[in-house]
Amino acid sequence: MRPFVYERPANVADALELHRDGALYLGGGTNLVDLMRLGVEEPTRLVDVSRLPYGEIEVRPDGTLVIGAAVRNSDLAADRTVRETHPMLAQAVLMGASGQIRNQATVGGNLLQRTRCSYFQDASKPCNKREPGTGCPAREGEHHNLAILGHSPECVATHPSDMAVALAALDASVRVRGRDGERTIPFEEFHRLPGGEPERDSNLRDGDLVTAVEVPPLAMPSRYRKVRERASFAFALVSVAAAVRTVGATVPDGEGGVVRDVRLALGGVAHKPWRCRRAEDVLRGAPADEETFLRAAEAELEAAEPLRDNAYKVPLARNLIVRTLLDLREAS
Amino acid sequence: MDSEARPVHADVTLTVNGSERRLRVDTRSSLLDVLRETLGLTGSKKGCDHGQCGACTVLLDGRRANACLALAVAHDGAEVVTVEGLAADGRLSAVQEAFVENDAFQCGYCTPGQLCSATAMLDEARAGWPSAVTADVSRDPFLDDAEIRERMSGNLCRCGAYVGIVAAVRDVAGETNRAARDPGAVAERIKEASRT
Ligand SMILES: Cc1cc2nc3c(=O)[nH]c(=O)nc-3n(C[C@H](O)[C@H](O)[C@H](O)COP(=O)(O)OP(=O)(O)OC[C@H]3O[C@@H](n4cnc5c(N)ncnc54)[C@H](O)[C@@H]3O)c2cc1C
Ligand code: SF4
Ligand code: FES
Ligand code: FES
Repeated sequence: MRPFVYERPANVADALELHRDGALYLGGGTNLVDLMRLGVEEPTRLVDVSRLPYGEIEVRPDGTLVIGAAVRNSDLAADRTVRETHPMLAQAVLMGASGQIRNQATVGGNLLQRTRCSYFQDASKPCNKREPGTGCPAREGEHHNLAILGHSPECVATHPSDMAVALAALDASVRVRGRDGERTIPFEEFHRLPGGEPERDSNLRDGDLVTAVEVPPLAMPSRYRKVRERASFAFALVSVAAAVRTVGATVPDGEGGVVRDVRLALGGVAHKPWRCRRAEDVLRGAPADEETFLRAAEAELEAAEPLRDNAYKVPLARNLIVRTLLDLREAS
Repeated sequence: MDSEARPVHADVTLTVNGSERRLRVDTRSSLLDVLRETLGLTGSKKGCDHGQCGACTVLLDGRRANACLALAVAHDGAEVVTVEGLAADGRLSAVQEAFVENDAFQCGYCTPGQLCSATAMLDEARAGWPSAVTADVSRDPFLDDAEIRERMSGNLCRCGAYVGIVAAVRDVAGETNRAARDPGAVAERIKEASRT
């Protein structure tokens, strides 16, 4: 690991000032320290933002959650209000990593964790995301767990965060402090598709510090569901964050009712959490039955461009959407 | 790699198993390396060094954490408890006793991490934290075997001593579970939490 200077700024102004010339922010370090050990990241300075005053979860009178960037993943998942009002968010956090890692990991760091593509993590291999212009060996090589939607010839990596998938479905937004003040970025515009610049994971500008995530109230049953290669402690092959509200009678055989409102996002399928706008359009106002759910999932996945070894993700995502919507209908 | 770059050092103070230690560390040192190499506390093991196996688990400010991913310099002022600090006054802790009674280890390599993880995991459940297998996250959890397995999944055991580990944790969880089943006790706990 390359030597670096460690700084712990007392306030946000100092943090922004210190973040220059090869510096990186440090949250819990559970991703960054790992990548430094692998020689993938080589900061000259670490600016520790984990003790800045962004460690609280505020609940506004209207039910909006304002989650500080330094809140630990485990504290977010344990929060009574979050568990009652936004269960899919607590579930998504709990399905990520292990108890040990969640105790260290922060909300800001979770959003900005890097991809788990194995070529990206291996500093001896070419990779457009790590070293622009060197190529993408994953496209022809090991890609069974990589993207089926929105990828480019330059990069087929997926975003690994579970929490971010729930936040995408929840219409969250990200509060940022930059050198020229504060701004708020809608969640769907926070992460990027790779295009010709896969080295940029997000639309943050150099030096930008994430200070909080805002989550509007949710008046629907919700659920996060994740499929992985082992039962626990593994990244998602495909995951889904869903919330549905139906109105009208549900007859005993489970049919009936109309979808009044719905939120849907997929994880493990793209360079960013994938908000399923097309599926939502099919669902809203339509009968809350299995046929509609299937039609919605298929409408979304029409855009899929699977690679040689990850075509299985298309039916997996479809079935996961349908199953989760059926379960939620029972709860609604 | 970079021959120009020289090591950078920093002063840190850690309270380790109750005693204060002032140290000068390379900023690159993990808490695990400081514990093992500088302080000679070799109970915490280095398995993967990447957060994947849990062999290095310690209690960091009362919570379980992977010491391999923690930079020592970032934890200046922290309280650390390692497996060496779990026993008190010459007596094993309840979790340690239960591991012995349930044959919960073979080679013992993962055991220090398992013990620290189990100790903190029981506190997490006592505080009402849900897990990925808790059916209704808005409720307090009950530690059945599925809950114990999920909560201990950050600790891998190459010997496959899992059956004994789950049994040991289940033994110690008895009291926590009685509290979870007793609504009076839960109300009392919430009252207590709101006082502090
Ligand atoms: C073995 C293992 C398994 C895992 N499994 C999962 C999983 O299944 N699902 C999942 O979602 N995650 C998983 N993770 C990833 C884990 O959740 C992340 O490492 C963690 O959330 C990162 O948070 P952190 O605070 O430790 O970030 P750090 O490692 O400190 O930082 C990560 C990045 O964010 C930047 N950063 C940090 N804070 C800010 C801020 N406030 N503003 C701007 N930039 C910032 C850093 O500069 C760095 O680039 C796993 C990790 C490991 C090691
Ligand atoms: S998929 Fe992206 S991250 Fe993986 S090797 Fe290709 S360019 Fe690199
Ligand atoms: S050595 Fe720390 S988790 Fe494996
Ligand atoms: S007892 Fe040998 S690794 Fe667990």
